[in-house]
Amino acid sequence: MPSDSALSIVWIYPDLLSTYGDQGNVLVLEQRARRRGIETETIHVRSADPVPETGDIYLIGGGEDRPQILAAERLRRDGGLHRAIARGAALLAVCAGYQIMGSTFGGEEGQPVGGIGLLDISSSRGPARAVGELVAEVDAALGLPTLTGFENHMGVTHLGPGVRPLSKTVKGVGNGDGFEGCYAGHVVGTYLHGPALARNPALADLLLSWRAGQLTSLDDSPYEALRQERLSTVLQP
Amino acid sequence: MTQLPLRAQLASALGRSAATLSRMTGRGDGSVIGGRVGLLLEPDLLRKLARDRKLSLVSATNGKTTTTRLITSALLELGEVATNAFGANMPAGHVSALSQHKGAPYGVLEVDEKYLPEVLDTTGAGVVCLMNLSRDQMDRAGEIWLLAQKWRRALSGKPTHVIANCDDPLVTWGASTAAKVTWVAGGQRWKEDSWCCPECGGPLDRKDADWACRECTFHRPEPQWALDDDVAVDPRGQRWLLDIQLPGLANRSNAVMALAVAEAFGLPVDRALPRLREVRSVAGRYTTVERDGRNARLLLAKNPAGWLEAFDVADPQLPIILSVNAQGPDGRDTSWLWDVDYRILRGRPVFVTGERRLDLALRLDVADVPFTLCNTFSEALAMQPPGRVDVIANYTAFQQIRSEFGRAV
Repeated sequence: MPSDSALSIVWIYPDLLSTYGDQGNVLVLEQRARRRGIETETIHVRSADPVPETGDIYLIGGGEDRPQILAAERLRRDGGLHRAIARGAALLAVCAGYQIMGSTFGGEEGQPVGGIGLLDISSSRGPARAVGELVAEVDAALGLPTLTGFENHMGVTHLGPGVRPLSKTVKGVGNGDGFEGCYAGHVVGTYLHGPALARNPALADLLLSWRAGQLTSLDDSPYEALRQERLSTVLQP
Repeated sequence: MTQLPLRAQLASALGRSAATLSRMTGRGDGSVIGGRVGLLLEPDLLRKLARDRKLSLVSATNGKTTTTRLITSALLELGEVATNAFGANMPAGHVSALSQHKGAPYGVLEVDEKYLPEVLDTTGAGVVCLMNLSRDQMDRAGEIWLLAQKWRRALSGKPTHVIANCDDPLVTWGASTAAKVTWVAGGQRWKEDSWCCPECGGPLDRKDADWACRECTFHRPEPQWALDDDVAVDPRGQRWLLDIQLPGLANRSNAVMALAVAEAFGLPVDRALPRLREVRSVAGRYTTVERDGRNARLLLAKNPAGWLEAFDVADPQLPIILSVNAQGPDGRDTSWLWDVDYRILRGRPVFVTGERRLDLALRLDVADVPFTLCNTFSEALAMQPPGRVDVIANYTAFQQIRSEFGRAV
């Protein structure tokens, strides 16, 4: 990121995919940048508008089956997100948005629908809805503390050789194979709402550091208080 | 009413006994258990109890209980009305409500959004009132586009007269397969779930209250009724000052819906409106509880749209206590807190409590809203200076406060 311009956060299709608190991921990134004196600019890209390719951090959220299919079609036709990722931008894709990043996902009747191929994954409809708190240990290579969040989906996601699992589940369903989420380069996918970055500020900082370089530390007490309460409640025997 | 078959009479009577027992033993208001017992003995009980009555069903994500109360109040002008006043809005609650008023020629039933198709099929209700659809407790309620689709299927091919809010595109879509629809311009404060066309997924162009799809022909129908500030405009263009006691824009909108439903029952505005003005609080909502000179007004907000409505009612001059839980009826996922714009509270003394107060605390911290964290509601109340304070709580947090202060209010 050029030092003379603001960090650009691009929220993709809030009109289609922002069903449950996805705006929170945007707000947390903004706050954590702002408190470090990093200027940000946030762009809300509606589904009728082109996705800019010069953003720094892209976010896409969760949603219903029909909007998910529409979002996949539009992203494929638009091509802006592909160009942005090719330029090294970071992406956090959540739930329906995560599934879209793969080769296929399950549609309204479970039929396979084409994704946009930014991650080497494929998803299908699982046997039952996974709803509840999730706890997972993050891939050691990323050096992040325990992942916490809330999942609410019917997807099963198979990871290909081109991605690494984001975390290994301790509680919850995640991808359905003992792992939750995945990452490749600067692209991170997860099933977690909560929202994910509010529950996991270190993940927010990882995304920020990919574009803004080394970060100073912050007083994280409101985040830590919530994390401790959630983890101790969810993991209690 | 015609006489119920013997089995249905017995089922209905036993259900009422169970309800009485539930109340006497302090386990609840009895409106669910009674209905469950009745349905167990006679699965077709709801159909039988509904037969030969003039029924209105009321559904939405926000304002169901209040609108049900307003319509009930209006129809009392015509005669006895059976209603599920305490929000037990699934079939067991409906059975219970109709059992308790067996002779009532009218019924007004609040119906959970998901159950509307089933309850409409079973009761054959002549009138259905639909106000709004927005994100709500998604870990159990499911998806609203899908829900509207189910409404369409349920209404299609039935003679039901639908009264629907045409300012909400998803409600409009959900209602538009009905044989007869009276459209009400009831307003829409929460718009985050309706930027896309429910029919084709294209972008909706919006200008003031009007909306139309840019890509297909789906557009806002011409309303017969409208809300204009504090005035209801009827289909003949006549203007009626509402002047109801329930506070806020959302309740004025509910009142216009109620007037339109009343007219569908043949009750003219000049007879219905005075009845609406008599309603002061609904199942504890908007009531004030008092302790040690602190007067706390209770506002219920169950989802992001509800919080917007509560902010509209709350007095910006007063301190405010916020209480959030995440038990089953609230939805166990608190992500929705991030859909609410709390910045409107900047500058007011804000007190945060409830079982999920740490979720709310972080949310307010990120919104740069200063607050005081309190372990209990009592602690938060004790920190107030004597005088008035507003309280916004979600469902079980609200019920806990009501229980603590006694349900008498």
